[in-house]
Amino acid sequence: MTRVVLQALLSHWWRNPLQLFSLLAGLALATALWSGVQAVNAEARASYDAAATTLGEGQYDRLQRRDGQPMDQATYVQLRRAGWLVSPVVQGRLNGVRIVGIDPLTAPGGAGPTLTDDAADVGRFLSGDGQVFASATTARDLPELEVIISPETAAGTALTDIGLAQRLLGKTNQIDSLIVLPGQPVTQTAISDIAPQLIRQQAQGGSDIGRLTDSFHLNLTAFGMLSFAVGIFIVNGAIGLAFEQRRPVVRTLRALGVPLRRLITVMAAELMLFALVAGMIGVALGYVIAALLLPDVAATLRGLYGAEVSGTLQLRPVWWLSGLAIALGGTGLAASGALYKLSRMPLLAAAQPRALAMAAGRTARLQGIAAAALLTISVLLMFTADGLIGGFALLGALLIGAALALPLILNRILASTSALAKTITAQWFWADTRQQLPGLSLALMALLLAMAANVGVSTMVSSFRVTFVEFLDQRLASELYVRPENATQAAALVDFATPRVDAVIPIQSAEISIGDQPTDLFGARDHSTYRDNWTFLQATSDAWDTTFAGETIIINEQLSRRAGLNIGDEITVQDKTFAIAAVYGDYGNPIGQALINEATFATLYPTITPENFGLRMDPANVGAFVTELSAQTGISISQTVDQANIKAFSLGVFERTFTVTTALNILTLAVAGFAILMSLLTLATMRVPQLAPAWAMGMTRRQIGQLELLRAVLLAMLTAVIALPLGLALAWALLAVVNVAAFGWELPMYLFPADYARLGLFALLAAALAALWPARRLARTPPAELLKVFSNER
Amino acid sequence: MLLTVENIHKTYQTADGPFAVLRGIGMHLSAGETLALTGESGSGKSTLLHLIGGLDTPDQGHIHLQDQDIAALDDNGRAGLRRGTVGVVFQQFNLIPSLRVVDNIAFQARLADQYDPTWAATLADRMGLTEQLNKYPEQLSGGQQQRVAIARTLAPKPKLVLADEPTGNLDEATAAIVMDLMMELVAETNAGLLMVTHSENLAGRLSRRLHLRAGQVA
Repeated sequence: MTRVVLQALLSHWWRNPLQLFSLLAGLALATALWSGVQAVNAEARASYDAAATTLGEGQYDRLQRRDGQPMDQATYVQLRRAGWLVSPVVQGRLNGVRIVGIDPLTAPGGAGPTLTDDAADVGRFLSGDGQVFASATTARDLPELEVIISPETAAGTALTDIGLAQRLLGKTNQIDSLIVLPGQPVTQTAISDIAPQLIRQQAQGGSDIGRLTDSFHLNLTAFGMLSFAVGIFIVNGAIGLAFEQRRPVVRTLRALGVPLRRLITVMAAELMLFALVAGMIGVALGYVIAALLLPDVAATLRGLYGAEVSGTLQLRPVWWLSGLAIALGGTGLAASGALYKLSRMPLLAAAQPRALAMAAGRTARLQGIAAAALLTISVLLMFTADGLIGGFALLGALLIGAALALPLILNRILASTSALAKTITAQWFWADTRQQLPGLSLALMALLLAMAANVGVSTMVSSFRVTFVEFLDQRLASELYVRPENATQAAALVDFATPRVDAVIPIQSAEISIGDQPTDLFGARDHSTYRDNWTFLQATSDAWDTTFAGETIIINEQLSRRAGLNIGDEITVQDKTFAIAAVYGDYGNPIGQALINEATFATLYPTITPENFGLRMDPANVGAFVTELSAQTGISISQTVDQANIKAFSLGVFERTFTVTTALNILTLAVAGFAILMSLLTLATMRVPQLAPAWAMGMTRRQIGQLELLRAVLLAMLTAVIALPLGLALAWALLAVVNVAAFGWELPMYLFPADYARLGLFALLAAALAALWPARRLARTPPAELLKVFSNER
Repeated sequence: MLLTVENIHKTYQTADGPFAVLRGIGMHLSAGETLALTGESGSGKSTLLHLIGGLDTPDQGHIHLQDQDIAALDDNGRAGLRRGTVGVVFQQFNLIPSLRVVDNIAFQARLADQYDPTWAATLADRMGLTEQLNKYPEQLSGGQQQRVAIARTLAPKPKLVLADEPTGNLDEATAAIVMDLMMELVAETNAGLLMVTHSENLAGRLSRRLHLRAGQVA
């Protein structure tokens, strides 16, 4: 019996391939967007993990020279002899590849390569016999070396024995840093006594890169979820309409003796089979999307945070399995309502397609209550949400509530407009448009979510760009930055630069802890560079005056939020107490930062000298100055950083970020346009009986087709108008709630009306394109088809 | 006795309150016997037919079909009854639009695991559908569709055929042809036939008539 039932059910799709295509394509697109974004995220995260594992980055304390220069190998020997368990690391670049040399005998576990290749020889590696480990892509840049392929080695990095690395990098007897192993002997001579030039950097408890780039990934994940939500609406619409059209068949099957439970089981199995097929197509499509996006994402992350991400994609089980799970779960979610209705459907109701409008009328009240409840919850969460869960709950409640409210709002608008209609054609048009709403509502909800996601994410990314550029202006106000190698060079720099530039601003810092938060404390010289460029989130009226007078301190937003410190609170540094005078935005910095005046800093930390100098001058003179500086003082050009170059580079990075978000925006909008197309095509077959009377009463088929097109554009326009405030609310939630919860800083929100207008036009274009084919089909419906409507009336 | 109906009651809830459609109906039918159920609209004819066909359940009373109490069956039991023992011909044909005529005719018999290709071919031939077997229902006229529906109902050789206004959607000439064929085939299979009709002419062709008025036998 099951086979016969399945044959009858499957024959529906055979006879209605468009519906089948709509169902499979909707689900496949939803899965593709989700798995594509997840693939990019998984790949990037795997790269950071590889980097962190390879370099032991962030996991262990490190010893480095205070001036950042390599230390002598003898220092390492002295420390080992004194009982310190430390392991040397040498780093440098060769052919653009980061060469990392470790001592395999003393390095902590997990810092070595993953020896998966048959050619790898643990013994040779341990004996320092010239083996180099790198990923296949990186290996291509090192043709002269014998490279063992190790896929888990970080992208752009080659790992080898320290001896070989020293030879390759020309750093004979030099070490860049020492990893301090956990579990040191109880008594040792203090490091400061053995090697006072070394500074110990505390372990971060994880990868810095990973934490910094989390914000980018969180945004991508949020976008992926929104795209999937759009897809689910499409799937829901496709399944709902398919069930609606098969309702008479279902009644017939039951009347002919198919038990209800068997029928539901077979239908659920049928859908799961489709979900599996569509899910696999979607995962494959997602792979293509990810492969296309990854080079841009990799470039963005490299530029923004210095994180190396492999430009190639690996098929990771975690994301293709999650893609399939999402496809099956999404279908289950979308089908559960339809199957429930089926199980409750009385056998003896009239065996005709239920009027969608009537059904919607019955459920409109419940939908309205649910929408009102969700929107109320979202408003409450706007004021109370704290943490990531609260932030995402706010996003969910807001988006689902708005989507549920959309058909009701549109219905109300159409009802008001129809009252103003003068001609009979206009009255019919408005009434007919209202009648079409239930059938189109899921597609319109998908469009609403797609547009809101576009507005929200574009606003967030653009606000991030504006803020970051302002931040760069604030932090990179000096036209040139110079990092001397030592105090002699620093003195030479000051002597040389003072008569030639507008101002020399020394930059010095100490790593301290405030309120249990790791914090960089800066000593700043009183100069208009700070007063003119730095913008405060909160400040006392004389924040700079009191700070430069040595009375107060200013702190970054991260420290303020994490340590719960506000204006007027007091902070003690080296027994000196300062009141907080201001809080400033410090975007992208994972740790706390504080600033006091130069003289006070020198009193508190007399041994710390400036490591960096900002020079204010005419930007046009920077090139000539650097050349002369190098010739006169021996400070190399590589020790200087031109502010204009950094800004140009940063802006280039943002352009690439935009490439990624624009690609995702277009994809999401295309998916929503597809939803409208599929809904209109599915409805078109049901439209003939509704339009035949209008045709019979004197409207031409061309007129009918034009009105169909107008209707789609009109509904898309109304949806776009509603999507704008929703998208802005979404952006606000992402910037002010989710970002704060995740990363500890709030991004100011800017508005971009031109972008929204362009997006609205795209949405109308998508709707018009989607409606064109169904409208054309209706306009060309043969009169015989229209007449059949009347001939079937008995 | 093929069918015995005892003291059947059925009440529906309406917007105006409960409405008793059937009020203590009793009747019987033997194998090979044909019975017309007549009465005004709302007299309970179709409701009685649906109860006997296991499409609905009575509030009170018993319906014995070959010594089995239909009223006591659960959903699965009633579905099993509809698959093989009882065949229902609907006014609206209720064919499966995505299956060809040949598959529609075989459908119920295959569901009941009682498919006999020779008998199905005979039915198609007798119904004049041989040329239409590979067509889809939408390509047939109303009369042809009803003939397919009757062939489908008779394919598993049910003991009892229930017909609810089977010619209600057909013109007079077509209705006469369809009725002739159905009567012939029912007689050949020795099934009982219970037919709801408003047509005096059709009712007169059956061996007995039961007239209902306000939910009771008149």
